[in-house]
Amino acid sequence: MSERYEIRFSGSGGQGMILAGIIMAEAAAIYGDKNAVQSQSYGPESRGGASKAEVIISGSPIDYPKATAIDCMLAMTQEACTKYHYDVKEGGILLIDSEEVKNVPQGKFKLLSYPIIGTAREELGKTIVANIISLGMITELTGIVPHEAIEKAVLSRVPAAFLDLNKKALEIGFDRASKLK
Amino acid sequence: MSEKKKKLLQGNEACVEGAIYAGCKFYAGYPITPSTEIAEGMSVRLPKVGGKFIQMEDEIAGMAATIGGSLAGFKSLTATSGPGFSLKQEALGYACLAEIPCVIVNVMRGGPSTGYPTGPSQSDIMQAKWGTHGDHPAISVTPAYVQEILTETVRAFNLSEKYRTPVVVLYDEIVGHMREPITIPAPGELEVIDRAKPDCKPEEYFPYDDRYLIAPLAPFGSGYRFHVTGLNHKQDGFPTNDSKVIRENNERIMRKIEDNKEDIWKNEEIFLDDAEIAVFAIGSTARSARFAVEKMRAEGIKAGLLRPLTIWPFPDKAVRELSKRVKAIIVPEMNLGQMVLEVERCSKGAEVLGIHRVDGEPINPGQIIEAIKKFK
Repeated sequence: MSERYEIRFSGSGGQGMILAGIIMAEAAAIYGDKNAVQSQSYGPESRGGASKAEVIISGSPIDYPKATAIDCMLAMTQEACTKYHYDVKEGGILLIDSEEVKNVPQGKFKLLSYPIIGTAREELGKTIVANIISLGMITELTGIVPHEAIEKAVLSRVPAAFLDLNKKALEIGFDRASKLK
Repeated sequence: MSEKKKKLLQGNEACVEGAIYAGCKFYAGYPITPSTEIAEGMSVRLPKVGGKFIQMEDEIAGMAATIGGSLAGFKSLTATSGPGFSLKQEALGYACLAEIPCVIVNVMRGGPSTGYPTGPSQSDIMQAKWGTHGDHPAISVTPAYVQEILTETVRAFNLSEKYRTPVVVLYDEIVGHMREPITIPAPGELEVIDRAKPDCKPEEYFPYDDRYLIAPLAPFGSGYRFHVTGLNHKQDGFPTNDSKVIRENNERIMRKIEDNKEDIWKNEEIFLDDAEIAVFAIGSTARSARFAVEKMRAEGIKAGLLRPLTIWPFPDKAVRELSKRVKAIIVPEMNLGQMVLEVERCSKGAEVLGIHRVDGEPINPGQIIEAIKKFK
């Protein structure tokens, strides 16, 4: 694969969108054999406000580090979805949190909707792992990195006490996305 | 030897790795977005290598203590962004005149004033050269890739030690905050230069010994006693009103850079051999430019890229030579026109066109492609 593959994680500051981007980049470039560049954009606040992280994955060296035509975008809040969905390319994937994004944008992309934060809260008792569920979903939906690579990347980034929680979150992500496809 | 492990590091983290690799043992600074990760990283790493980290009361003190650390014989670093870089200028000039090696990282954010702390910019290019008053030497290196931030930080220390002068590492927020896989070079893999130290007896030592273009620098506390001042000084470091000495010294501190430009300059040339339209860019803008140039080549348009890794002293020779063989030089930069003026100054024949942007968004490849197509 030498083409650029572009993923954008978007939500609000504090939802772990940048961490999700870092983990995806590590799955591709450290636990996989591809190149990856992760960049981000956020406001002055440490919580709240629209924030996004982008990951470019390619078999070739990557120069421009920002998204140009997005293959897959995640939107965890309405604000982020409204602000950032424009760059999703025709035929690309837009995955939204169905409980957060009520005003669904129209476009020539494939819209997938799932209650990601709600699932984290109800099945795992912690909304903080919603970003890991979404990583599982994006991995399953795009096939851009193998399951084993994303699992290694997730587990190397989380504290030892939360390995099981995060592993479960990732598996829930794989499972729910396979049913959405 | 086993294959070295790749790590996904942030640009600012790579800067820390570069500083430690270069043998930096002292950091004094004041945290400021988007450079804070450098202070954070140095505070963790320095104690483990026998170094010291101090968070000072403000940016000015951070620069002053960095100079002090270096005078004590330790390679010293500070990092900042626009507002802090402004505050550091007086002490930076002191280090230029007193010839004290040190490295200042400026991770550029939107300005002027407090501006746009989390937004990228390249609007301190002129400040890196002219921020402090008086004629003074200036060296600035401009990495664009995470791996390169490591190697250029090492080079900044080397140039600083070799030429006894402050060196500014200048990159934008995008490069500072982005993450890429990099490998940490093994010891000995990159050249590391240490300042010349005196071999004379302490009583025979002059800190500005006029037999040298660049005199050896003794560490304070090593038995070599000398005076340091921001006033024009004689070879013993004490102030002077002797116009001959003042002239010679003012000219010498410029000449030590001017006469060694070939050693200090570093450029990357992409597809320039047969290029008809060239782009001149640094940092994340150069990455955008490379993307654009490759797209143009795929369409059969002869575009190329000149990417300086040393912006000061300005690569006038490379620009002059390039301008004689291309139709146009396009200068994209995240400011309202700084490098473009230097390119215009050096350009002989080629048309020069700037692309400027100050909205906190990067200059994207599409903007550069559009400009290239005007000249095809």
